[in-house]
Formats: sequence, C-alpha cells, structure tokens
Amino acid sequence: MPIDKSMHVLIVDDYKTMLRIIRNLLKQIEFNNVEEASDGADALAKLRAGSFGLVISDWNMQPMTGLQLLQEVRADARLKTTPFIMVTAESKAENVVAAKQAGVSNYIVKPFNAETLRDKIEKVLGHG
Amino acid sequence: MVSPFAGTGAEALAQRLSEIRARYPATEPEWVADVVRAVLAALEGETAPPDRALLAEVEALGRIIANAKAEIAALQMDDITAAHIPFATDELDAIVAHTAAATEAILESCETLDTVAEGLAGPDAAKLQDATTRIYEACSFQDITGQRITKVVATLKAIETKVAQIVTAFGTRPASAASASALLGEETGLLNGPQLPAAAMGQSDIDRLLASFD
Repeated sequence: MPIDKSMHVLIVDDYKTMLRIIRNLLKQIEFNNVEEASDGADALAKLRAGSFGLVISDWNMQPMTGLQLLQEVRADARLKTTPFIMVTAESKAENVVAAKQAGVSNYIVKPFNAETLRDKIEKVLGHG
Repeated sequence: MVSPFAGTGAEALAQRLSEIRARYPATEPEWVADVVRAVLAALEGETAPPDRALLAEVEALGRIIANAKAEIAALQMDDITAAHIPFATDELDAIVAHTAAATEAILESCETLDTVAEGLAGPDAAKLQDATTRIYEACSFQDITGQRITKVVATLKAIETKVAQIVTAFGTRPASAASASALLGEETGLLNGPQLPAAAMGQSDIDRLLASFD
C-alpha cells in the first residue's frame, strides 16, 4: 500500500528557519498537509486537539524538550502509537539510547538531507 | 585604610579582636597580618621557636593574600564581567540574527524558484527542484551554527560567573550571577548540541545503534 501523503504531519522546532526548511523538504516529497509547532508544549496541545499521522520533532527546545514531548506522547492513550521522528543535532550515543527508550520511531541527525528525511519517513510508515 | 590595631597587650588584643569581628565581619587580609605582627611582638620571648615560625607563616600568608587581592584589582577583572563578556555575547547574538535574516531571504527566493518549477515540466523542472532541495538542505547550517554559538555564549557566561566568584571572594564586589550549571535543567547531560566532526556520530552510526535495539 502506498504512503498516504495527504496525512497530517506535525513538525516541531523552536527555530522558525528550521520549520521552514523541513516544511519545504516535505513539500518536495509531496507531504503538503503540514502543521508547525514552536515547542513541545505547543506541539502537545496541537496533537491532543487534532489528528496527526506523523510527528517530526527537534530535541533541544524550551520549556518542553523534544524528549519530554515524546514521553508525553507515548504516555497518552490516544497518541501513543503516533510515529515520532526526532530530528536533532544531538548526536551522542546516550541521546539515541534515551530517545529509543522513550519510544522514538526513528532518529535523524542534523544536518540532514532530503533523501534521509524521505528514507526515515518511509521506514517509520512501514514502507522502508 | 588605617589598621584598627594598636598596642601589644594580650588582653587588649583579645578585646580588640572581638570588637573588630563584631564591626567588620569581612576582615581585610592586611589587618590579619597586623594582628599577627602585634601578637608576635606581644609574645616576644614567651613563645617557643616553632610557635613563632608558625605565626610568621600566618603573617606571610596574610601578606600573600593582600598582594593577590591587589594584583587582581590591578587586572580590573570587573571589566571582564561588565564589558568584555557582554560585548562578546552581543556580537555573537548579532551574528545569529544576521545569518538568520540572510537564511530567511535565501529560503524566500528558493520558495519562489519552487513555485516557478511547478509551472515547468520535464528535465528542467526536475533540475530546478533538485537545486532548490540542495539549497534547503544547505540552509540548515543556520540552525547548527546557531546552536554552536549558543554553546559558546553559555561558556562565556560560565567564565563570567567564575570571574564574579573570584572578584567576590576577594571582597571587591558582591556575587550576582548564579552558577551556570544550576541554571540548566534536568536533561543537562543530554543537551550537548552539535558535536565537533571528529567526535560526532554520523547518521549511519545512529542507524546502527537504533538497529541494535531491534
């Protein structure tokens, strides 16, 4: 079954330039139904209010980090199965381990390219 | 500053020391040296050589502290926290702001190119889209450099805190800055930002690590 590219995708980053870049890269791989959140708390509110098929989140944000957002998502009965990709400059092994233990679906280290983004999305959505 | 110590009688000295402790909780090092000199003079002939040697060392220590304080004052360390570090952090903030503005302008132009590409067909459209993709990817430098600069600013603030602590320890200025580590949250150990290339894990390393959980 092909990937449903009309799915609602939430991108989370406190750096508006990065949101713009990810949104454009998603557009180029035909994901056009994209919503933005500027931090973990904003993202959690949007996730609880809406219906999203994928979350792509930065880690290093204040006041709620991407890891805390992931933990909240996994602890929420309605959201816990939502695919969650961490896109971050945090590239230490302990970060990857912590994210995995918190239930991350995949992990992309910045700087990344469009091909990596496409590849990880396909893997997370079961087409990789 | 005139030392409040005068006279060499033991009882008088004890009385004066009590008064000074009550009046001046933060005692000048040179006063300590004065007291020791006075005690040495008062006990001349009544103390054993080891005692005198010890007291002489205490006096010398007082002089060392006084000299160190004078040298630190001469270094004008207050300038570091009052001018140099704020200047450096302001400059770094300006770099982040300028590169952010430039990146936004690049992205805006790139989005215009994307719109143009949507009206094209064939290899030219693909070529144009490939070019804009490379530009989007490259623009993520701004996020990475921004995080690196944030780390440098945090380091400068930590230096500022340490300098303030030194200045405070030598009694020239009250402490104002909180410990840098105390300002960080619970995830301190995991919020390291971008690593230098030699120390960083690449995407393939991360993929392998993630796969090891499966």
